[in-house]
Amino acid sequence: MDLAIKLIVFLPLVAAAIAGLFCRVIGDRPAQIVTCAALLIAAALSVFVFIRIGFGPADSKLFVVKLFSWIDSGTLDIAWALRVDTLTAVMLIVVTGVSSMVHVYSIGYMEEDPSIPRFMAYLSLFTFFMLMLVTADNLVQLFFGWEGVGLASYLLIGFWYDKPSANAAAMKAFIVNRVGDFGFALGIFAVWMLSGSVGFEEIFGKAPQMAQMRIEFLGMDLPALETACLLLFVGAMGKSAQLGLHTWLPDAMEGPTPVSALIHAATMVTAGVFMVCRLSPLFELAPIALMVVTIIGAATAFFAATVGLTQFDIKRVVAYSTCSQLGYMFFACGVGAYSAAMFHLMTHAFFKALLFLGSGSVIHCLHHEQDMRQMGGVREKAPQTFILMWVGTLALSGIGIPFLLGNGLGFAGFYSKDIMLESAYGVHTTVGLIAFWLGVIAAFMTAFYSTRLMFMTFYGKYRGDHHTWDHAHESPMVMMIPLYVLGIGAAFSGLIAYDWFVGHDWQAFWGNAIAVKSTEEVLHHAHSVPLWVKLLPLVMAVSGILLSYYYYVVKTDLPARTVKTFPGLHALFFNKWYFDEIYDAVFVKPALAIGRIFWKKGDGATIDGLGPDNIAARAQDMAGVLMRFQSGYLYHYAFVMLVGVAGLITYFMLSAR
Amino acid sequence: MSSWPILSLVTFLPLVGALFCLVVNGPKEAVDRNCRSVALLTSLVTFLISILLWVRFDPTKAGFQFEENLAWVPALNIGYHVGIDGISLFFVLLSTLLTPICILASWESVKVRVKEYMVAFLVLETFMVGMFCALDLALFYIFFEGVLIPMFLIIGVWGGKRRVYAAFKFFLYTLLGSVLMLLAIIAIYWHVGTTDLPTAMEKLNLPFTWQCWLWLAFFASFSVKVPMWPVHTWLPDAHVEAPTAGSVILAGVLLKMGGYGFLRYSIPLMPEATQYFAPLVFGLSIVAVIYTSLVALVQEDMKKLIAYSSVAHMGFVTIGAFVMNMQGVQGSIFQMLSHGIVSAALFLCVGVVYDRMHTREIAAYGGLVHRMPRYAFTFLFFTLASVGLPGLSGFVGEFLVLLGAFKANTWVAFLAATGLILGAAYALWLYRKIVFGELTKDSLKGILDMNKREIAVFLPLVLLTLWMGIYPNSFLDPMAPAVDKLIGDYQAALKLARTAALAP
Repeated sequence: MDLAIKLIVFLPLVAAAIAGLFCRVIGDRPAQIVTCAALLIAAALSVFVFIRIGFGPADSKLFVVKLFSWIDSGTLDIAWALRVDTLTAVMLIVVTGVSSMVHVYSIGYMEEDPSIPRFMAYLSLFTFFMLMLVTADNLVQLFFGWEGVGLASYLLIGFWYDKPSANAAAMKAFIVNRVGDFGFALGIFAVWMLSGSVGFEEIFGKAPQMAQMRIEFLGMDLPALETACLLLFVGAMGKSAQLGLHTWLPDAMEGPTPVSALIHAATMVTAGVFMVCRLSPLFELAPIALMVVTIIGAATAFFAATVGLTQFDIKRVVAYSTCSQLGYMFFACGVGAYSAAMFHLMTHAFFKALLFLGSGSVIHCLHHEQDMRQMGGVREKAPQTFILMWVGTLALSGIGIPFLLGNGLGFAGFYSKDIMLESAYGVHTTVGLIAFWLGVIAAFMTAFYSTRLMFMTFYGKYRGDHHTWDHAHESPMVMMIPLYVLGIGAAFSGLIAYDWFVGHDWQAFWGNAIAVKSTEEVLHHAHSVPLWVKLLPLVMAVSGILLSYYYYVVKTDLPARTVKTFPGLHALFFNKWYFDEIYDAVFVKPALAIGRIFWKKGDGATIDGLGPDNIAARAQDMAGVLMRFQSGYLYHYAFVMLVGVAGLITYFMLSAR
Repeated sequence: MSSWPILSLVTFLPLVGALFCLVVNGPKEAVDRNCRSVALLTSLVTFLISILLWVRFDPTKAGFQFEENLAWVPALNIGYHVGIDGISLFFVLLSTLLTPICILASWESVKVRVKEYMVAFLVLETFMVGMFCALDLALFYIFFEGVLIPMFLIIGVWGGKRRVYAAFKFFLYTLLGSVLMLLAIIAIYWHVGTTDLPTAMEKLNLPFTWQCWLWLAFFASFSVKVPMWPVHTWLPDAHVEAPTAGSVILAGVLLKMGGYGFLRYSIPLMPEATQYFAPLVFGLSIVAVIYTSLVALVQEDMKKLIAYSSVAHMGFVTIGAFVMNMQGVQGSIFQMLSHGIVSAALFLCVGVVYDRMHTREIAAYGGLVHRMPRYAFTFLFFTLASVGLPGLSGFVGEFLVLLGAFKANTWVAFLAATGLILGAAYALWLYRKIVFGELTKDSLKGILDMNKREIAVFLPLVLLTLWMGIYPNSFLDPMAPAVDKLIGDYQAALKLARTAALAP
């Protein structure tokens, strides 16, 4: 078991090193084979580990593989270790599963790219960091993986380094994430100061004491655990693109599509949700922090959906939908439904990766066209992609038949989204209700924009240029197989996993990996909500689809007319609520202006001007004055000497008295 | 165990090499070649001997090891007293590691007065190592000031266009502080009757006002060296004008002399004043972190940008040194070591393209990744180390310093941590402008990737950065007892002062 865990984590690193460092020696094909093989083996091992841990007896639900010590300083003691419990095992399946599929898919998608080994190396490197993140045994190792995936994301967004927009997007992603990490780091410091440790086992043990403590932070006397949790949550907001720190995610679509599928949909962006679930024993005891999590999550779910309604870039629509779905997961965490959040994280990974790779297939088919206004009727050219995209869309919208076979019968998102909304309603708090209603409205918009994408892309007549159309073709098998695998996941993962994650067997499945007490309460309430609560999300989703059908298939002039009717609202949504413009005006431009002032006025005029340069100039002035005495004329010198002698004599005469 | 004077050997072996260089004669080309070889060989042997220090170092002991104590000026009680503890051990190693790297890096780029250049570097090495080993205030002062002379020449002779301005600015700035330090050393001598440091640490018990004056005198010297805001303006000029290897030593070792000075002299000799002035240090350091990071954002010259980033990174060092807890001080030392490697490597990175294009202007570059993939990787690696990516050396120091600072004062940690964001912004911006983008400039179309010699220069630094990031305990463990003693003595002194104040 130890060996399997080590192999899962380190195989991708080895593959990345081989492909990255020896790329020019070994060539494209071996680089692809090495990385794909490593990932497929890791995925197979992950299934083994998942089964052993998820369905093992209660006393073998946690494995910790100690590696070696990392940072020891005084009472601080950090070690490298791999910790695998059910929560990690779920993430292992998601990460290695989606990653291996994306690796295989990339063989086809990146076929014409000149730097294939570099791309494969980056993908594998990302996977390694992500696995380090999910297997972390302490907060600092979590931070290691956290920043590491940020690096991989930076490298992959900027993969096409000739494009200025890609470079800008890569930098933006890294820096906005750094803002989140700033909070994360302070959170780690706070936890360490309160509990004297950064290891999960120890801090969870101390959680009840920490909840009683107070901390002096920035001159304020605050409840300690709440403060620490809120700081940590700032990190989660950055990584998971929550409202306020979300601006990097849509821009991240500059990266190649497989990257968007792996990093910016299925795995990295869910790290924030994973972190909150991992730390659920702390968050559980911090009600105010949880309230903030709920509100931010619900607001993001709503906000991102509104923007998604109006975008034309196929990848950006999917990106905003990711942002919105992450908001769902956070409000589920916020109301204490950690297992529901993880359930949605898992199903979402499948259907969102499917949607991205499907979009990639469309983009590949239309020769790198991403604007949906230049698409239409693509189902003729790419019938398999078309069907698979419908699977993903229906899963995202949460379509299913309730009550059939006990839990209902539907696509993956049907189960996970419903249980989150039911949980939010079931807790019967004000914020819970706010989250529920925002989530329900967002569910309507989700169905609308995701089917809008389908209709604009696959239905109607083709609107682009004919040269592209003539060369359009279905993607090769190497791209289609991953799509089918993910399609199966998007269709059935909810049905299969419902009972383990949130149904009858949740306690046996999760063990102590998530906060047990609040999960028990919340799930109990969620399963006993009124009938209309259970049905409402589905009703909203279906009406969203119908409205979208009416707008984009039946009466195609309606969208333009609606825009004319509500120009202000449309501009607000279309321009993403002007977040980028505001940040640019408030942070970026002033920082540069202040930097320039400090440089020229501070360093140049003040410090140098009054300090060294001033002294030097005065010394030169003095020298200039003194220089005039050295005229070279003998009578000048004689005169000065005479004056001096006269002066001295006078002085002595006067002082002698 | 060490019957032969290993520390003196490490200190003075470079001087022997320098003498060898001086007597080399013959046609210019032969002289140049021989001097390069002699210098490289000497510095490599010195480095290998200095490794012995680490191997033989007893990591469980807090006191000084490899001590040598000879009467030098017995009439005045000035001794040749050297020795190292866990704090100075790695600074010695840093100096002996960077010197051969500098010599190798100047192999082709320095073409005039090669003999004198090599002599200057070897003499510089002697002074640097001597400074970190000295356990006598007079000896320390001589080495501390001695460093100025070869560095002044390196900037003034082999520097860029405004080299004379920069050299004088550097010299005067640092000398001004040092004069005050000399006065302080004389004052200490009056009090204890000797310049021996361990004796002074034991016996010196100054009244509070005296401590404050002496602390400020030392501060004048050390803060210029660090450099702390607002006495940092010599650094960008000196770096910009210095030849590549000069910048490497300047950033790699000379800046560390200030931080080392605080830990070795200011804190143990004047503990009460240290406590009294700590808020001042925090204030100046935070200003340094934020102010210089913002200035770095708008630079147009590669070297200036890295120079300003050095000031910001050294701000973490001074914060860590004065929070006076285990994590802060160890972080501070580690940050100095890491910065010594990483900023040295970044200046070497600038040197690689400067040797080819003879310009440091950021706008003159762009798209280098197309022609120089190995260079792109190296530069990225050290950029990431500089922004403190976990797993590389920069993270450990910053993390420990901020952790220690958080314990001492959350405001300090909060404000200093903004440096993490700004640091990422300017470092990635520089990298993007130099390396990414399309290769459109004609002048760059024929540029060549790093050659074998350049790879040999960078490889040890890359490996060391990884080692320090993944298993920093190799470095943290040996320094722990010494740091523990430093903090213990400091707290004991404060306690003593408190009880003395309470006593009737």
